[in-house]
Amino acid sequence: MERRIRRLGIALVLLFAVLFGQLAYVQVFAADDIKNHPANFSRQLIAEYNVQRGKILTADGLVLAESVPAPKGSRYRFERRYPQGDLYGYITGFYSRIYGRSALEQSMNPYLSGEASELALSTFSDLFLGRQKRGGNIFVTVDPNLQEVARTALGANKGAVVAMDPQTGDILALYSTPGFDPSELSSGSDAEMRRAWKRLNADPTKPLLALSHQELFLPGSSFKIVTASAGLENGFGPESRWPNPHRLTLPLTNEQLQNFGDEHCNGGSSQITLIQAFEESCNVTFAEVGLRLGAERFAAQARAYGLCDTLPPERTTCDGPLISFELPFQNGRFPDPAYFERNDPLLAFSAIGLDNDLVNPLQMALIASAVANGGVMPQPRIVSEVRDSQGRVAREFGVRSVRRAISASTAATLTQMMIAVVNNGTGYRAAIPGIQVAGKTGTATNGEGRAPNAWFTAFAPAQNPQIAVSVIVLDGGNLGSEATGGQVAAPIVRSVIEAYLR
Amino acid sequence: MSAITSRPVRPRTGLLLLLAALVASVAAYAMVGLGLRGRVPRDIVVYSLTLGGAYLLAWGAVRWTAPRADPVLLPIAGMLGGLGLAMIYRLLPADVANAQAVWLLIGLVAFVLTLMLVRDDRQLDAYTYTIGLLGLILLLLPVVPGVGFEVNGARLWAHVGPLAFQPAEFGKILIVIFLASYLSAKRELLEAGVGRLGLPRAKDLGPLLLAWGASLAVLFLERDLGASMLFFGVFVVMIWIASGRVAYLVTGGILFAAGGVIGYLALDHVQDRVAYWLHALEPATVHQVGYGQLAQSWFALASGGLVGTGLGRGSPDLIPYPASDFILSAFGEELGMLGTAAILLLFVGLIGRGLRIALDREDAFGRLLATGLTTTIALQTFTIAAGVTRLIPLTGVPLPLVSYGGSSRVATLVMIGLLVRISAGPWQPARRGSG
Repeated sequence: MERRIRRLGIALVLLFAVLFGQLAYVQVFAADDIKNHPANFSRQLIAEYNVQRGKILTADGLVLAESVPAPKGSRYRFERRYPQGDLYGYITGFYSRIYGRSALEQSMNPYLSGEASELALSTFSDLFLGRQKRGGNIFVTVDPNLQEVARTALGANKGAVVAMDPQTGDILALYSTPGFDPSELSSGSDAEMRRAWKRLNADPTKPLLALSHQELFLPGSSFKIVTASAGLENGFGPESRWPNPHRLTLPLTNEQLQNFGDEHCNGGSSQITLIQAFEESCNVTFAEVGLRLGAERFAAQARAYGLCDTLPPERTTCDGPLISFELPFQNGRFPDPAYFERNDPLLAFSAIGLDNDLVNPLQMALIASAVANGGVMPQPRIVSEVRDSQGRVAREFGVRSVRRAISASTAATLTQMMIAVVNNGTGYRAAIPGIQVAGKTGTATNGEGRAPNAWFTAFAPAQNPQIAVSVIVLDGGNLGSEATGGQVAAPIVRSVIEAYLR
Repeated sequence: MSAITSRPVRPRTGLLLLLAALVASVAAYAMVGLGLRGRVPRDIVVYSLTLGGAYLLAWGAVRWTAPRADPVLLPIAGMLGGLGLAMIYRLLPADVANAQAVWLLIGLVAFVLTLMLVRDDRQLDAYTYTIGLLGLILLLLPVVPGVGFEVNGARLWAHVGPLAFQPAEFGKILIVIFLASYLSAKRELLEAGVGRLGLPRAKDLGPLLLAWGASLAVLFLERDLGASMLFFGVFVVMIWIASGRVAYLVTGGILFAAGGVIGYLALDHVQDRVAYWLHALEPATVHQVGYGQLAQSWFALASGGLVGTGLGRGSPDLIPYPASDFILSAFGEELGMLGTAAILLLFVGLIGRGLRIALDREDAFGRLLATGLTTTIALQTFTIAAGVTRLIPLTGVPLPLVSYGGSSRVATLVMIGLLVRISAGPWQPARRGSG
């Protein structure tokens, strides 16, 4: 019996030895693989929330997003706060333990979390000195005063304002309403987050998507900047003369295209110059320009302005953004020439910013910047630099341009034409005494029974451009179906430019 | 004293070890407070005094009633109980944990009572069948309508008056005593009882088949896979130790496998257990209850790594039922592989001492009883530890002395009390002083 008891002992020890082997496998050898299993998201989040995430700030130190110690009893050490409420919601995005990250919280995550290689020195010294690991701070190019002005100027309207430095592409203001407060999705209990998420997603105004750069709209007459560019690049000068009927019967159809309000441009004269037509925003003239240019040349110009090509109705999305940006940007769109082969008259509608032309205020601000910048389109930039927790610069984001969109001479001519719009034409409400503004109005139909969307896109001062602005006001704003871009959107652009340059 | 080999009595060793266990237990409790709330719990003094007082009283009782006892058993039990209690305070609301602390104290009282009532373990040898019958009744009590009731799909509970408990926890002690008694008496018969093929003769297979049937009854009537496996495993080990016939081990193994197959084919919940075990981390199943539980256990262990997050600093509360079945995984997360291994080594130490006690006895009953009790603790520990680490399918049995659960805690301390008694030999208070 003694021998058997000893054998039993050996057997039990062996049994436990296998157990130790399994423990070593789970806890050490395979631990990383097991920890990174997608179903372990709760612990991964807890680990993430144990690091003090970096702040998002403006150049002068206004805090847009920060991590503060979580209230007692929370499972997480920190929670994310957005002291500016919904004002910078689309810029910072949210940082939610349930719904993930968006906007800069997403695109700058390696820096904010401290994982980026540029921050290795800082996090290593934190470790070495026994300090809490902290993420890097992100500095944005937004001018906080201008952001406030954009909000005030839009008032109760639904719409968006994008203002940028046309030379550097720095975003000076980017505001869209109705918006959302990222705190709702980033702090509080899980139940509170879920309620907010449900409400925001059920809202028909889609507050989680920025009108300024995540949605697409018909540009209407604003697109005449592109049509005029194509014309100028292809030898139709500003003084070129065009037939001036008040309606245009489209080739191969009985369909007629009319001027805004069915008015007759240039006092009813039989001819009109390109610059006059631009000033008065004559649809008929620009439809003629589009038809004369042909699909190839027109589409090439749209592409040069960074619009991606689509082939409706089959293909309506871009393969990838042609213009890179730190925020999720819906590139503007213009149909592939093949699209017009099937239906030539549509070129006339495309020439006046209808049919399948799609843009948003950021895209229009970029187009205006290209004109203002001698024809070179800057790459939009909203993050200027990343600093580590000690304040040392860890990464700078340089100024870059996307491409040359038009020649310098076309840019100069177009500037004159846009000046004429403000000085003598539809954009007079954007004029500022002492500052020469160059701009273009747009009033885009919004479908049967809905008030039109009002656009205004401009830059100033015209000869030494420091700011380019594009504004959209949905559903005609407070003027409803009577609204035009000149009436509703131009005054908003004016307020923004005035605030920036004064 | 013929049954007891002489052993140097070192009361101070036991006391020092017990103080070390006490310090470790109180330190764990303090660290839980620091990790969870950033401060030492306010009641740390009351806590240490209560626990220390109880441990010292238990030690005093051993000194008084069993002066020649093994000095290591009580400190190991104290350490496991104290660590388990600290983790229960970390995982559960204070009032629930307080109840468990009371159960630990009741367990220590039961330990002392065991030593005082069982003055000589050989007394137990006298009532073989009474004890066996009582054990069987306790084992099957939860099945009795009106007395037994179900919790989480297993029918393990019985209530007698206001008291609800798991009678099988106590039943298994009586069964082990019965087996030790029965097998030591029938030893010669069993040793000789071998047919031409080296197999036990049909009539000697009786006890084996009876135990097998009882195990299956536990499995089918109470849906308690863990207890069923444990019960049969201990039986096979004891009959092998008693008889010396490997044939019993082989036949037992075959019957065990057959029982497993029958259980698997007949019972959904056995099939589920196997499926959870095999597919715990697969994307399609990982978010379902049974699978997710094992996945969370692995996540907890893996995130603990080698040294752990520190007590109160991990997230073992993400595992369903972290304080009962999965308490080892909670330790794995917060004390790491080193801490988990240390706890398992305490069990290895306990098992080693238990078998040493068996070897030190010369009578078959004492040897078998010590071996049986030790094997019960060993197999139970292995079953749950291997279950939560996904070495084998999970069957919910408590980790002895550590897990949440009053019945198991008290029953295990009674078993430790019996082992102490077996190691110490008879208590002769009347003749104390006369030498």
